[in-house]
Amino acid sequence: MSDTERAERRRDRRESRRQERVKQREPRFVDAPLAPPSANSGLLEVFRRRYLLSLLVRREISARYQGSFLGLFWSYIQPATRLAMYYFVISVILDKGIENFAIHLFAGLVIVHYFTETFGAGTHSIVRNKALVRKMAVPREMFPVASMLTSAYHVIPGMVLLVCFCVGLGWRPDPVGVAAVLLGFTLVAIWGTGLALLFSAANVFFRDFSNVVQTLTQFTTFSVPMIYPYSMVSERFGEYAQFYLFNPMAEAVLLFQRGFWAGTTKDVDATLVEHFPKDLFLIGFAHVAVALVFLVFAQRAFTRLENKIPERL
Amino acid sequence: MTASIVAENVTKKFTIRYHRSIKEITIAAARRQPLSESFNALDNVSFTVEQGESIGLMGLNGSGKSTLLKLVNGIMRPDQGKMLTRGRISGLIATGAGFHPQLTGRENLYLNAAILGMSKAETERKLDSIVDFADLGKFLDSPVGNYSSGMFARLGFAIAIHVDSDIFLADEVLAVGDKPFRQKCLEKMQEIRDSGRTLFYVSHSAASVRRMCDRVLVLENGKVGFDGDVAAGIRYLKYDDASGEDPADSELEDEMGADI
Repeated sequence: MSDTERAERRRDRRESRRQERVKQREPRFVDAPLAPPSANSGLLEVFRRRYLLSLLVRREISARYQGSFLGLFWSYIQPATRLAMYYFVISVILDKGIENFAIHLFAGLVIVHYFTETFGAGTHSIVRNKALVRKMAVPREMFPVASMLTSAYHVIPGMVLLVCFCVGLGWRPDPVGVAAVLLGFTLVAIWGTGLALLFSAANVFFRDFSNVVQTLTQFTTFSVPMIYPYSMVSERFGEYAQFYLFNPMAEAVLLFQRGFWAGTTKDVDATLVEHFPKDLFLIGFAHVAVALVFLVFAQRAFTRLENKIPERL
Repeated sequence: MTASIVAENVTKKFTIRYHRSIKEITIAAARRQPLSESFNALDNVSFTVEQGESIGLMGLNGSGKSTLLKLVNGIMRPDQGKMLTRGRISGLIATGAGFHPQLTGRENLYLNAAILGMSKAETERKLDSIVDFADLGKFLDSPVGNYSSGMFARLGFAIAIHVDSDIFLADEVLAVGDKPFRQKCLEKMQEIRDSGRTLFYVSHSAASVRRMCDRVLVLENGKVGFDGDVAAGIRYLKYDDASGEDPADSELEDEMGADI
């Protein structure tokens, strides 16, 4: 028998065995529709898979201070030193004569820091998770949203410090103040998520966008009434001060100051009249509405860019 | 029979960009060099896979196998045409992608399982079985960054294989791991196939395709070159080359699907 014949016979035998096997096999019944395998319900998909989101957030948090001796303690040291620095320069050197200026400043710092962290980390989020994005079928909105939540977690130490200072100065929480803080926080969370979504996708195509973000965040510190009071803005610009309030971060800072700083001053009512715009809450709600519209826009843009993300990474 | 994977005229275009920075683009434009070029990684690919079939996807390097697998898996979307699947998909594609080197094996296990679509309860239920399969011993609770490449692969493989999916994708996965582990993997894959799940298997090894699959799809430059019987498909690719083969070699290959 020649080699070819032997090979052929072997092949035949294998073939018949295989067919036997196929006959025995019963296809499993799948109770699901025929659908595109890629998820495309955007942010909704992210909240449907909350468990994965929570794991991603936990991973970010525990990876951040891994191998560090002081660990989470750094989250207290950083805002405290930032506060000390600003306070020394602005309150001690450039004395503006504002009551409890440290709180005025720190309330702003906490929320501004939340925004810049979300924006910055969110912009990098997809590029940083390259390995996952290129190889696994995960809704990609997951990463900017996870960055936003991680930044929110790191707001906690700052808030704890802030509340401690306020209580030390005789501050007691009032319902309107708490509502103001929540509104301010929501506003920043929505804007942060929207910007993180948009810029995280854009950053895949041109890494220039992370530089754009750095430049933008530098403006934030000075475009909000934090190192100067709002009363100075309204004095200088009069009725044009309303344009200043078009900046959502300025509004969010004012809302935070309403919640914390206003309550620490001696005459709260006088402070509210002097240092806050009249329709603080109304403007706040309008800003939230605009932020939601922007979020929808960002999601749309993200979906369009997303198709090209795996190949451009 | 119900369709499990349906591809209808699927086309995926990739763009090669030669220049990215403004300096490069200006110079290239001045010299009238092309700035980018595009090609079809997949070109009008159509096929239907029935539930319970096991398909071997073959083809030379660069023929579009991995891209097709990414489309089936939902990592990419087709530029034209439609890709439809039925039920949950899992697979041995890039196992261990997304492992965080600083986290422990156990933490990564939970995270990776969640990425593959498992819930917390499901992960906990299968935990023992996964840990058993990965066979990491005391290293389960040390950072993955310190793992050897075999351990890394074993963990990724163990998680992926425990996802209860309807469609199972496998991409040249057995290249890592020692012989006993590869043996275990092959058995597990046969088990998956025999449980009536759809198997989509990418391989260069004729022997393992012969062993695992009952239909072969051959891609050639992004087009379907052949779709049908296994033996004929392997012959089409000229991978069988039976007459010139050293019997000892072929035996070895038959035994384990050596170069997979």
